[in-house]
Amino acid sequence: MEVRVQNIRKEFSRFPALNDVSLDIRSGELIALLGPSGSGKTTLLRLIAGLESPTEGTVYFGNEDASRKTVQQRNIGFVFQHYALFRHMTVLDNVSFGLTIRPAGRRPSKADIRKRALELLDLVQLSGLEKRYPAQLSGGQRQRVALARAMAVEPNVLLLDEPFGALDAQVRKELRRWLREIHDRTGHTTVFVTHDQDEALELADRVVVMSKGKIEQIGTPDEIYDTPNSPFVFGFIGQSNILPVRVENGQLWLDDRSIGVSATGEADGPAQLYFRPHDIELLDGCGGCIAGIVTVTRRVAGTRHVELDIGATHSKVEIELPPEKVTSDHSRIAFRPTRWKLFRN
Amino acid sequence: MAHDAASHGGTGNTELVRVATSEHRLARYGLIGLALCFVGLFLVLPLAAVFTEAMRNGPGEFFTVLSDPETFSAIRLTLIVAGIAVPLNLVFGIAAAWAIAKFEFKGKAFLTTLIDLPFSVSPVISGMVFILLFGSHSLIGPWLQSHGIQILFAVPGIVLATVFVTFPFVARELIPLMQEQGTSDEEAALSLGASGWQTFWYVTLPNIKWGLLYGVLLCNARAMGEFGAVSVVSGHIRGLTNTMPLQVEILYNEYNFVAAFAVATLLALLALVTLVLKSLLEMKYSEQIAASRRH
Amino acid sequence: MTARTASLWQFRQPSVIPGFGLALGVTLSWLILIILIPLSGLAWRSSALGWPTFWALATDQRTVNALRISFGTAFAAALVNVVFGVILAWVLVRYRFPGKRVIDAMVDLPFALPTAVAGIALTTLYAPNGWIGSLLAPLGIKIAFTPIGIVFALIFVGLPFVVRTVQPIMEEIDKEVEEAAATLGANRFQTIRRVLLPGLAPAVLTGFALAFARGVGEYGSVIFIAGNLPYISEIAPLLIVIRLEEFNYPAATAIAAVMLVISFAMLLIINTIQAWSRRRYGYGA
Repeated sequence: MEVRVQNIRKEFSRFPALNDVSLDIRSGELIALLGPSGSGKTTLLRLIAGLESPTEGTVYFGNEDASRKTVQQRNIGFVFQHYALFRHMTVLDNVSFGLTIRPAGRRPSKADIRKRALELLDLVQLSGLEKRYPAQLSGGQRQRVALARAMAVEPNVLLLDEPFGALDAQVRKELRRWLREIHDRTGHTTVFVTHDQDEALELADRVVVMSKGKIEQIGTPDEIYDTPNSPFVFGFIGQSNILPVRVENGQLWLDDRSIGVSATGEADGPAQLYFRPHDIELLDGCGGCIAGIVTVTRRVAGTRHVELDIGATHSKVEIELPPEKVTSDHSRIAFRPTRWKLFRN
Repeated sequence: MAHDAASHGGTGNTELVRVATSEHRLARYGLIGLALCFVGLFLVLPLAAVFTEAMRNGPGEFFTVLSDPETFSAIRLTLIVAGIAVPLNLVFGIAAAWAIAKFEFKGKAFLTTLIDLPFSVSPVISGMVFILLFGSHSLIGPWLQSHGIQILFAVPGIVLATVFVTFPFVARELIPLMQEQGTSDEEAALSLGASGWQTFWYVTLPNIKWGLLYGVLLCNARAMGEFGAVSVVSGHIRGLTNTMPLQVEILYNEYNFVAAFAVATLLALLALVTLVLKSLLEMKYSEQIAASRRH
Repeated sequence: MTARTASLWQFRQPSVIPGFGLALGVTLSWLILIILIPLSGLAWRSSALGWPTFWALATDQRTVNALRISFGTAFAAALVNVVFGVILAWVLVRYRFPGKRVIDAMVDLPFALPTAVAGIALTTLYAPNGWIGSLLAPLGIKIAFTPIGIVFALIFVGLPFVVRTVQPIMEEIDKEVEEAAATLGANRFQTIRRVLLPGLAPAVLTGFALAFARGVGEYGSVIFIAGNLPYISEIAPLLIVIRLEEFNYPAATAIAAVMLVISFAMLLIINTIQAWSRRRYGYGA
């Protein structure tokens, strides 16, 4: 089901946690809310669920206004960071819970509930563990039970709050791939919150980057990574370098020299140049380039990271070079960004 | 559309959300009312009754009955008994907590159970075991008698019964606290060259002082207020082996209600002071526990 | 001393922390001297009675009635305390209202107030001419000097046990669990009944057992309000005292032995349930 969030504002005792946020989630989409802590991403998720109510604004499920409905009536599936399993119930009872508490009229028969719960446990690859108690499961297994439990009620939308946050790195990676598979098979509209950009970029159809209660950018992982539209997104997603430059007659200047990059159509004046460490080309001479003194080099997996000290302001810049390119400290390197963006204060 | 949406943001929505994780307002008030009635009926009223009954004939009579020499000797005996029993159980409590919390050894769980034993024994039985042990029918009774050693119906018997009853209090408070704190602080001190006693004195004791005080407080309240066990071994000799609770019973059974409640007032005050100190300690103590969790 | 530490070394895990021998030595000596020798005296005395004598004494009608009254009233009082103790703990943990701190502190009053004082105070309240008793007397309700009076005294004595075992467990309930139930469609009543209360069950059971055990042995607060009519409102601890005053040590020993055996058996059962619960659900109380 498609979910629309319209002009939502949320204040916690006068402190705005969300400020005029609007978001359209398409049916069947897997969408990530990405941002640092305090950016309002979890609040947005809880507002969609009905665990919080907006100070202003509306949430639509399809064409229906869901804002007036309680969390119980919204029929959503919510997966909590710390699983929130019912520890006195078996795995099977946990998964069946949402169906067994339905009023008699809407409740499936006992046999049907059991069948559905077992199917879901099969889907999350926990067949055979239905008689266990949560305490007898590993963290990854618990989170899979939590997901099965949330899906058992055929939710309008599946909401996951930092679903892998409490797991160790190895299990995280596995579950990430596996969640994508489950999503592709079941087709639930899914929203998940994360502060881990790798997770968001790898998993989601679209990523919503949030900061300070606002949406900074919405886009596919490629769009977010390749064309960040704000300094925040540029800085938050991946590695980036910032240099203070000047625009003069469509040319970029660092201190007293041109860096050989033309910015046609940009107004004159000071600006910040953003570029990624790997979006550069090395130059031999320096007619129009950025030149710096090597301060530190590090070998990171398949690339060599080089830190440079640039110009009179001693700005720090990090670039990535092929590993066979050996540089010694205090040597001089000239380069030019191939893909970059200008932002003004 | 947007304007329309904004219009139903207010309190109605907040109420919808509250349904998720708390009760309806009426249910809330109902439960609070029920709890307050119960506390009033079973805790507040009895306490109020003690003070009211003691002052029934005015403060003049209250102080007259309190200055009675028998009452005075009961107060003295109560203080003596608590003064012996509490330090003994304090030392025991620290030793037991040290052994149980800082070491792993076989039979530890069983030892912990044994320490809790007096909690599940009726006070009357706690007194009675000493009658069976030292009475004239017992093995050592006649020997004690022939050497003129009086244990039952005398101060030693009362102290023994009190020690028995208050046995677990200090240990019980300290064991979980010290278990939670673990052994790393002590190991650090030892690695820095501190001796065993120095480690205990400068590292362990400051870490457990509030818990220790808490246990002593509870131990003392019980020691001063114990009735059943002491009643069995005391012999009720007026002016000699009556503690304050026993004095209350005697006065009450003589229909000397004002005097009985006057002595009871002193004990009730002791209880109130204990409660206030306990609450104050709990504030500090919970911070201390929270701190130990943070590390 | 050295020989002793050497032999202890085998049954404990090595540790750099000193003082094990001394601490365990003090603990064991004190435990044996104060608790174990006196209690084994009781065990020895009751076994010396011989089975036929013991059985005759234990099944004496007055003894049976006294035991029945002690265990029955303690059971009833513990049940009342479970209901009101859980409500009180809930109110203290979940709600904010004026005077909450005072109420919270007051819950421990029965721990701090000497039982004799509680006894005469409750009698003053619930006697037919007392503060509350005089209101109930015209309705034909008698509390003091009946088994109901005993139950009332035991409610007073046992209340903090239930509240103080349940309260910390309630405080630890993860808000997420309640929210999870709500997102799955459970209304508030279903959440409380099917999710929260079952999670509290081990703590409630422990609180019940503690209140019950305390109630069975309680003496001071009961004897004033009970009326102490043989066969009707005479509790077992009082019968022990009476037998002791008659120098009828065998009878006193028999009653005490029966009480202890039942109490210990109960604690054993409770501990077993707790251990089972911890193994299975990963939590106890």
